[in-house]
Order: sequence, then structure tokens, then C-alpha cells
Amino acid sequence: MQQPQTLNTGGPPSRAALGADAAHMVLTLTVAGQQCGVPVLSVRDVLGVQVITPIPLAPREVAGSLNLRGRIVTAVDLRARLGLPAREAGKGAMSVVVEVGGELYSLLADEVGEVLSLSSEDRAANPPTLDNLWRDVSLGVHRQGGSLLVIFDVDKLLALSA
Amino acid sequence: MDDLLADFLTETNEGLQSLDGALLQLEREPANGPLLSEVFRTVHTIKGTCGFLGLSRLESVAHAAENVLGLWRDGTLPVTPAGISLILNAVDRIKQIVAGLEATGQEPTGDDTALKAELDAAAAGQLPADPAPRAPEAPAPQMALTEAAPESAPPAPEPRAAAEPVAEVVGGNAPQTIRVAVDVLEDLMVLVSELVLTRNQLLQLARSEENAAFSVPLQRLSQITSDLQDGVMKTRMQPIGNAWQKLPRLVRDLSQELGKRIVLEMRGAETELDRQVLELIKDPLTHMVRNSADHGLESPEQRRAAGKSETGRIMLNAFHEGGHIVLEIGDDGRGLNTERIKAKVLAQGLTTEAELATMNEREIHRFIFRPGFSTAAAVTSVSGRGVGMDVVKTNIERIGGAVDLRSREGHGSTFIIKIPLTLAIVAALIVEAGGERFAIPQNGVLELVRVGDGDGPKVERIKDAQVLRLRDRLLPLVPLRRILSLSEDTPPADAGESFVVVTQVGAQLFGIVVDRVFDTEEIVVKPVAPILRHITMFSGNTILGDGSVIMILDPNGIARATGLGSEIAGDSAGLASQASAVARGPRQTALLLFRAGEGAPKAVPLALVARLEHLAADRIEQAGDSLVVQYRGSLMPLLPIAGYGAPPTGGADQPVLVFGDGDRALGLMVDEILDVVDAVLDIDQAGQRPGFLGSCVVNNRVTEILDTAHWLQQAKEDWFGNRRTETVRPRVLIVEDSAFFRNLVVPAVTAGGYEVTTVANGREALALRDADEMFDVIVSDIEMPELDGFGLVSAVREGGIWAALPMIALSGRCEPEDVARGRGAGFSDYIGKYDRDALLASLQECLQPAVAP
Repeated sequence: MQQPQTLNTGGPPSRAALGADAAHMVLTLTVAGQQCGVPVLSVRDVLGVQVITPIPLAPREVAGSLNLRGRIVTAVDLRARLGLPAREAGKGAMSVVVEVGGELYSLLADEVGEVLSLSSEDRAANPPTLDNLWRDVSLGVHRQGGSLLVIFDVDKLLALSA
Repeated sequence: MDDLLADFLTETNEGLQSLDGALLQLEREPANGPLLSEVFRTVHTIKGTCGFLGLSRLESVAHAAENVLGLWRDGTLPVTPAGISLILNAVDRIKQIVAGLEATGQEPTGDDTALKAELDAAAAGQLPADPAPRAPEAPAPQMALTEAAPESAPPAPEPRAAAEPVAEVVGGNAPQTIRVAVDVLEDLMVLVSELVLTRNQLLQLARSEENAAFSVPLQRLSQITSDLQDGVMKTRMQPIGNAWQKLPRLVRDLSQELGKRIVLEMRGAETELDRQVLELIKDPLTHMVRNSADHGLESPEQRRAAGKSETGRIMLNAFHEGGHIVLEIGDDGRGLNTERIKAKVLAQGLTTEAELATMNEREIHRFIFRPGFSTAAAVTSVSGRGVGMDVVKTNIERIGGAVDLRSREGHGSTFIIKIPLTLAIVAALIVEAGGERFAIPQNGVLELVRVGDGDGPKVERIKDAQVLRLRDRLLPLVPLRRILSLSEDTPPADAGESFVVVTQVGAQLFGIVVDRVFDTEEIVVKPVAPILRHITMFSGNTILGDGSVIMILDPNGIARATGLGSEIAGDSAGLASQASAVARGPRQTALLLFRAGEGAPKAVPLALVARLEHLAADRIEQAGDSLVVQYRGSLMPLLPIAGYGAPPTGGADQPVLVFGDGDRALGLMVDEILDVVDAVLDIDQAGQRPGFLGSCVVNNRVTEILDTAHWLQQAKEDWFGNRRTETVRPRVLIVEDSAFFRNLVVPAVTAGGYEVTTVANGREALALRDADEMFDVIVSDIEMPELDGFGLVSAVREGGIWAALPMIALSGRCEPEDVARGRGAGFSDYIGKYDRDALLASLQECLQPAVAP
């Protein structure tokens, strides 16, 4: 069986270890070319391409479940969740494992970037023209260098309308 | 040490531990009323229990302390540090005595006069200014306890120091148990389950590598994991005796009520099982003991006549066997009467005489687990009728157990229950469908049937509905690929061949069609993520030994999702919601569609059809004006629906819908059986004509709904009438507001040989009584407008010409409480909607004295 390739081996980052800044830190992801971020405090693990078992009858966004060191993790495909076209066949997705309500979920993204500390000055509210689907799950938009970073609310990402 | 004392010690030690802290806090906050009350209550409880247990020394000390605390609480005396010290001394003394009690089971001897005198003085308002003078008293009894030589006590420098060695004594002799929150144990169990999974994965990996360096430590790890699993399981274990505690009293009451002499023998009370399982078997166990006392054992006279001791024995025995616990509930009573069961099985049409002849005694006995089956001729308040062994069986199977019985006529019966030690880890069958693997819990699986193109059994189709003919019964099939919307294009591993997993949910048998079957595996059941909970097909998920995640199928959910669950008893929530759905509006009904003659397709509720047959034309014979066929050992009348009376010619098979049971069957000849569909049965009576209730839109086509009662009536005139003219048909009054249920019940009861009158509610029923209409038995719904079933039964029982009539309640809710309430209200029996067999059985029993020759 394939061992999880763990990039972040330190387990859950604790608020104390990362300092007060942790609240402003995000892990950046790429989903269909769009830069996004999730608050680093909700991230438990980042895994490479995993064997994912599809779940019949599950909501469209649920890619399946995977085994993370004996715990069952439900994988939610961010492309499907955000109304983006499906990933090309043969291209695996990275798993960003988050914990919500005591359950582990994996957010499937095309690429995982780095941990950034964001200053609140760079934060802008959601542009009113933002797609409704996105606006529901977005905490706001950050100007990051030359690009824009959409910060996701993990709880809302996992609130599927199924 | 007896249990009562042990409980007292555990409780008192807990109270005493908190008391020290509370008193010290009270010293700091003398005005803390609630705290003072709590201290008072603790001491008061100790005193009260001591009195009850006859521990006089302990009681007197606690009493003196309580007096002081009482005055403090009432505000009569102020709380002072000196007073607190005095109470602490009293608490220390209590601890010493308790410690002695723990060590020897006896109150240690000792003199508390001085301490009590001080407490009494304090209560009288005379407190010493300085606590020091009391110092010598404390060590004295302590030494009495440890060395029995009070004189040799070393001088204590100050009172608190004297208390310390005492505390050690308490610690050292404390019972070797601690209370642990159940949550902690559950968490541990979860962790161990994870560990077991990880171990399994490692073992799987190791198998593929020869001579790996880690194979030896892995073996060790594996062993330790198994031991740890056992250890953690043990923490959740409780002796089964806990579930037996109420039985001696129950048996004593029963023996008085029934006028029988009964002794209860219990063996293996210390056998332990998971506390979750323990809770779940309490009720079935009680039911079975009642059953043994009521049905199993004979009266003293009968026993004497049979040459047995007048005193009957009920034996409970528990022991471990494999990963299971085996529970035996036996009696040395009359045993099961095989002939009576046979007669009843035949009367209820559960099987045919030919089949019965091939069965051995044990197989015949097992019929008592069928719903609605009870052989007790007399109704007693103890066991009643209707709800019986089938409920016990369902409950035990729900937790993955099995019930069997051994019985010898004249020597007694023994029920054997086998239940798993724990529910967290279950054996499951791993299957594959559409390229995905799933687990099916083994306890729901009856057998596996390989179906294919070869000589073996084949899957047959009634249009889209797949069925399997398995030993003379039609097994509805549920293709897993279809219900899980799995891809149909991946061909099964072995083209043309698949497997049917025969599964039982409640009384309903059905087959789940899968592509492949692997072996069984012990799996750890984990709940699915909340975002998937709405998928009722799955009861959980698990990780297999190879590390892959798979879903665990829930046979209950599958049955419900496919409409098979509509008749499943025991799922009260499902039934209740169904019943209310009927009351409120649309409800899906499985309809059998067929073609007969010209015009619109016809339909009949599938629940009314006993069987579908294709009869060879040459089997159909002419008898007088009517057509008959030799069917299951007797002649069955055949009625054409389409209005012609000739059998098909040219060797074509004649499709027949068979109604009724046993030798009272009726066949309706149709042109073609089309399909089984689920539709809302919303009958438009505009299209009513003899033989049809009206029309209804099914699959976008106007379809005529068969009036089953009409056709049975026809048959009765042609056929039953001739045979039954000499017998008076018992009259049944059916009180039911839902037209739908009336439509189901009336034909079944009519076919059972009864004359049926229906009314829509209790008030209309009473109007019939007031009009001096007489019936032999009343069948009543519970929830009805105007006057409900409970109202009706109490009105009937109050007096009038119906006061003594048997009344059967028919209800969507069949929980034991509902049944008990129904019986309490005066119903003779209580049956779930729509359990036709149980209803017929019950009717027959209610009428037995009148009808039986």
C-alpha cells in the first residue's frame, strides 16, 4: 500500500508555537490556475497523491475517502466544489487535510504552495462581482505580489448543499 | 464481603475524599451556604446508610458530627475554625472506621466517647478555644486498628499529623477499583481499534516480503496489540449477572400469578460481556424467562401426573465460546408440541405438508420464531400473543446474535442465544460490484448463491425487476450496481456470472446481486463523515487489512431504499412515519402491472399477491363451470379476469396471480404480467366497475386497480361456497380510517374465510353496537379521527353486548410500550400494520374456542 507522503510532519501546528501571527497565516493552493488559501490553523496535514476510494451516491463534490494513518478522511474535490472544470485524467491531486467538527476532510487541490503570513492591510472584501458559489466560501481576497489570493472559510467549504 | 457493604464503602470513600476539601474550603468561606449544605448531606448520607447496615459505631460518630453541621446550616451556630477542626477529626475517625471495615468486614472496636462528647459540647455551643487538647484521641483508635494496642500509640505532635497515617491506611486498603468515565473507555476502544487496523496493514506488508528484518518485532507487536485489545475490551465488560438481577423477583411474582412452583437457577453470572450488548439483551432475556414460566412449565398437577417434581426449574446459563457469549434459557417443562406446531404452520400457510414432511423436528420447532406465531392455546397476561419469539429473535439479530432452540417433548425446552462480545468489531463479507469493494455485515447474510449462465440457478426478470427462484420461493433481487448507481460498463470479473447474497432484514428476505465475493474479514466499524450521513445505504466505513477504505453496506437501508422495507417490522421509526404518511397523503405502493383483456393495463398492490405462476395449459382442468388447477396438493379455482373462460391453447403458459394462502388459494388468469412499479395509489373512482376499484395513473398511463375483494367473492360463490356452506363464517368488524389499509386488510381477512364489515372510526363502530349488530371479533386501528382505538376499546369494555368480544389492535407502532399500552387498555392482541400472517393467526386464536371443533 502507498504510504502517505507527508510534507508537514509536525502534526497540527499549535497556536502557541506559531505565535499570534498564526491566525493570519494561510497555506496557499492552486485550483485550476486560481491562487487560493486556507487558514493554516485548520490544516492538519498535506499529503501527496493518494489512493481515493469513490463513495457511491455521495454528493458530486465528494471525491471519496482515503486512509490517513488509520483514520478515514473524506476527500472533497475543490474543483467540483467551486464549479470548476474537472482535473485532466491522469493528473493526481494534492490533499490538504483539515479538521472540522472532529472529522478529517481532505481538500483536493492541484498544487500546494507555501505558508504565508498575511497582513490585514492587504485584505480586501469580496468583490461584489464574485461568483455566488465563491462568495459563499470566501473570507476575503488578498493582494499577494502580482496575484490575488482568495481565502477560504473551511467550514463553509465543507457545508455541502447535499 | 457482601455487595451492599462493598457499594457502601466505595460510595463512602468517595464522599469522604470530597469532604476534606469541602471542609477546608468552608473554613475559608464560612458563609458559603450551598457548600455547607453539601457537607451536611454527605455526612447525613453516611449516617443514614450506616444505620441501615447496622454499623452502630460509624453511625454514632456521623450522627454527632451531623448535629453540629445541622446547627451551622440552620445558622444557629457560627462556623468557626475550631468547629471545622472538630468536624475534620470526626471525618478522620470515620475514615479509620471505614478502613477497618474494608480490611476485616467488621467495624473495628474503639472508643469514640471523647470525640462524641466534644461534638455534643460543640452542638451545645461550647467550643474549645484551641483544638490542641483533642490530639491524643485521634491516634488511639487508629492504633486499635493497626496494632490493637491503643496504649502504645506514639504521641502525636498535633492533630492533623495524626490524620496522615490514617489516610495511608485508607489508601492501602481501598478496594482495587476506580471509577472511570465511560467516554474514556470508549476513546481507548477507538484507539485500540486503530491500532488493530495498523497492525493488520503491517502484517499484510510483511507477508509480501520474505525474511524481512522486522518480521520478528512485528510478531511481537502483533501479540501485544492482541493482548491490548483484549485488555481494553475487558474494561468495557460487565458480568451478565447485572442483567439477571431482576429475574429472581420476576420469577417469584410469576410463580404466584400462574400458580406454579418455580425455582430459578443461574449459572455463569460472572460471565462478562460488553456493557453495550448487555443493555440490549436485558429485554429479550426477560421475555424469554417469562415465556419459560408461562408456556414452558406445567402446573403442579400436570407435573405430578407426568411423574416430575412439582417444582419446575428455569435455568439460566452463560459461558464464553469463541468470540461469542452463549446464553441458555431452559426449563424442564412440557417442551414444544411438534404436532401442534405442524398443524399451526399448515393452518397459517407458512409451508406445505410436503415440505413439512422433509423437515426434522428442530426445523419445525424453529417456526415459533416466525412473526405472529404462538402455540399457547390460552391467553395469559404474562406472555400474551402476537408479540412473541419473533420479536426476541429480531432484537437479538439486530445486535448480530442468533437464537436457536432445543426441545424434547415432556422434558423441556432450552433457548440458546449466541451474541458477539462486542459490537465495535464485526465479521463482514467483502464483495465487489462495479469495480468497487463493499463490506456486508455477516450477521445479516443467510447464504451465498452463485448465479450464472450454467446449470445453476438463474436470475429471472419480470420486466425490469429481477427475481431469483430459490427453493420454491421468489426472492426479490437488488442489484448493487443499480442501487448504488455504479457504472454498468465494467464487466464482472467472470462474464455472465454473479453472486446473490441472500440477506434477511426483519422477516423480509432479499438478495443483493454482486459481481464477486471475497472472503470474510473482521472489520472495525467507523461512522461515516457527517456530510455522507444522508446516504442510508451505508452503516459505516472501515479500513481493510490492505489499507484501503471501503463502505459498509446497511441491509436495512437497502431494504428501505428499494421499498422492500415497507413490511419490515421492528423498525418503529420507519413504521410510524409510514403510518403517518398514509394518513397525510401520497405514499408509494408497489404495484404489480398486468394486462388482461382489452383496454387499460391493470394493477394490483403487490402485497396482496401471494405468488405469481406460469401454469402449463394442460394442467388447467375444467370442473363444472369453473376452471381449476392442481396446486400444492389441492385444487385451486382459476378465474379469468378478461371475461373469457377458456385456457390458452397451443401449449402456451397461462400467467396466474395467486391470492390467499394454503388450500384457500385463488388464481386469477391474466394475459401477461408486465412489471412491478412503485406508484402513488391515488384511486379515481370515476372508472369504477365491478371487479375494479377505479383507475389510477401509473407510469403516465391510466391503469385500472383490481378490487381483490370482488374476485375473492366470486371465487367464494363458485368454490368456497360449496365447501364451506356447513360452517358459519365468523364475522369480523374492521375499524380503520385509511382506505388504503382497508383495501389491504379486507381482502386478506375475507380470503381467510371471514365475513367482514368495515367502518371508518370508533364512533361508527359503536353505532353498530347500539344497533345490536353482533360480531365474533373486532379488529381496530389505533389512530383514527372521531374516536380512536383506545377510546373504542374502553367504550366496548365498559359494557354492552360487545364487552367480552376479543379485540385486536392494528397499529403502525409496535414498540413493546405500545403493545403494553394496548393490552392494558383491553385489547386482546396487538399487531403491526400490515402483517397479514400475524393478523390471520391472531384472528384464528381469538376465535379458537368458538370455531375449533
